[in-house]
Amino acid sequence: MIATIAFYVFAAVMLASAAAVVSSRNPVHSVLFLILAFFNAAALFLLAGAEFLAMILVIVYVGAVAVLFLFVVMMLDVNFDQLRGGLQRYAPVGAAVGAVLLAELVLVIGGWRFAPDVAALRLAPRPEQISNTAAIGDLLYTRYIFLFQIAGLVLLVAMIGAIVLTHRERHEARRQDIRIQNARTPAETLALVRVPLGAGISTLGIYHPVVAEPEDTELAPPGFDNPDLHTHEAH
Amino acid sequence: MMVVGLGHYLAVAAILLVLGVFGIFLNRKNVIIILMSIELILLAVNLNLVAFSAALGDLAGQVFAMFVLTVAAAEAAIGLAIVVIYFRNRGSIQVEDVTLMKG
Repeated sequence: MIATIAFYVFAAVMLASAAAVVSSRNPVHSVLFLILAFFNAAALFLLAGAEFLAMILVIVYVGAVAVLFLFVVMMLDVNFDQLRGGLQRYAPVGAAVGAVLLAELVLVIGGWRFAPDVAALRLAPRPEQISNTAAIGDLLYTRYIFLFQIAGLVLLVAMIGAIVLTHRERHEARRQDIRIQNARTPAETLALVRVPLGAGISTLGIYHPVVAEPEDTELAPPGFDNPDLHTHEAH
Repeated sequence: MMVVGLGHYLAVAAILLVLGVFGIFLNRKNVIIILMSIELILLAVNLNLVAFSAALGDLAGQVFAMFVLTVAAAEAAIGLAIVVIYFRNRGSIQVEDVTLMKG
């Protein structure tokens, strides 16, 4: 009895928050309602006896996917009010398609029945003694191991694809280049200056260390381009 | 066995799927909401799979729901990456303007 009431409460909250996702004015609110819908769906999974999937739903969807949506929505500087134009134009079409789809689904749900030998057709009958998580693990790591590996490959491809898509070269960034570092000689970088006794470096006009790279002279502050400093004085 | 009948789960999943499809039509311009609607549709599919799995006592449905979850996560990551680079190039995410590859 309590489980039935809980089912109706969770289902109602999930459907209400799903409606709020698609109709909310602010996309941040949409993402937050999406998180609420995922939590309630996880509760429905729990009521159906699928504890492992419920926890996976909370961890993967709420912890990763919804937060990813939240990052992107908050990162993009988009005028979202402008994106809501044409709502009156699209709403009747969407409602018509939704009504047709719902009518078809009602026909299907009202008309189907199980096959007579449905119990014999099961792919992986649920074991009685062990828990849901252990049973899924037994199945996933034995019979569906190749599918499991392919799923990992899909995630790897998605990760590499997202990185490749969003990666950009920053020209102002200074990278370490080992080849250039190894090719440096002391003659390019080191200058020995004989300083008279009692004179500081300011009296000799040496304010900066000698740097041989030509691109650094463009970025250097004024006063750096003293021609005396670029002659490598070896004593 | 389930405490609630299978038909209730199927009805809830059907309404959720219709809401997702309706959301795609309602937010034709905002690609982020469209991606969220696709997540709702996939959630409805998962709900159906889990409900049948629980009703029949067959664990294969829950394993398949896990794979659906994996593909949904990958799709969200790729889709949002495309949104980010599109915004970086064009300064907006109006999907009606996406005709670059039309020729």
